[in-house]
Amino acid sequence: MLKGLLGKKVGMTQIFDESGAAIPVTLIEAGPCYVTQVRTQETDGYLAVQLGFEEIKPKRVTGGELGHLKRNSLPPLRFLREFREKDPGVQEGDKITLEQVFAPGEMVDVTGVSKGKGFQGGVKRYHFRGGSKTHGQSDRQRAPGSRGSGTTPGRVYKGSRGPGHMGSDRVTVQNLKVVFVDAERNLLGLRGAVPGAKGGLVMIKGARKQ
Amino acid sequence: MSDLIRSVEAPANEAIPPLRPGDLVKVFIRIREGANERTQEFRGTIIRLRNSGNNANFTVRRVASNGIGVERTFLMRSPRLEKVVVERHSHVRRAQLYFLRDRTGKRSRLKQKFNA
Repeated sequence: MLKGLLGKKVGMTQIFDESGAAIPVTLIEAGPCYVTQVRTQETDGYLAVQLGFEEIKPKRVTGGELGHLKRNSLPPLRFLREFREKDPGVQEGDKITLEQVFAPGEMVDVTGVSKGKGFQGGVKRYHFRGGSKTHGQSDRQRAPGSRGSGTTPGRVYKGSRGPGHMGSDRVTVQNLKVVFVDAERNLLGLRGAVPGAKGGLVMIKGARKQ
Repeated sequence: MSDLIRSVEAPANEAIPPLRPGDLVKVFIRIREGANERTQEFRGTIIRLRNSGNNANFTVRRVASNGIGVERTFLMRSPRLEKVVVERHSHVRRAQLYFLRDRTGKRSRLKQKFNA
């Protein structure tokens, strides 16, 4: 069955396990999600399940999306995301809740959009060493240094690391353990950190590498 | 902070009285030895106190044999903490008593405070 769900990051805290050890957990308000479309080999050329999350007012959704959801008489939804799944085991129009998908002890991968950092220098962005503090240096402490060779090749290679926009990337964290599942409040507790800001959308999938 | 976060956090331990830096305390910790559980005592002075709700903690310093200082930090809401008993309060003028680390013997005494 489909091992995937959409959720909203709530925040982090620490809780204690049975032995009394403190463990860091991220809370995610996960689901309930609706199956808005099942992609098949015949019609779409690939296999996937499209899930929708968070009901909103009809006026917040474009007409096209509204019509797309109406096909399965679903409410207006804020987010639509696809999960590649060979064996969906779900029907269009199904409602998926947290406890149907994940159980404590399982491992999951979480995808989100990392916090935006704006335009950053090479030291923060790629952990460049920067210049020397001493030896008569001035204004060189966070400088990137040389970007390439000399007359040959006479240019900077494409893809060279340097200052630029950082963050707001799609990031996946693999193998986070499910600490608890609260079916009543659709609350999922994962051990460790999850990409993105509080309130950001996250995709939760079953772990690829176990 | 959201109520959702607070709802999963451990409740405050009722057996811990209000603590202050400089207090001489006895901390009772549950310890697991193989299959059976027992309670261990740790007696010393609170040199650092961090009140931050769920993550609140305090550090107790005691001088063990041969004048070797031992410091242990406890999480206030840890289920391993059985109780804390305050034996005496001290008159201290700062929040972190790190200066005690450099002192031994009579110089490491703190003046007792009776009306706390």
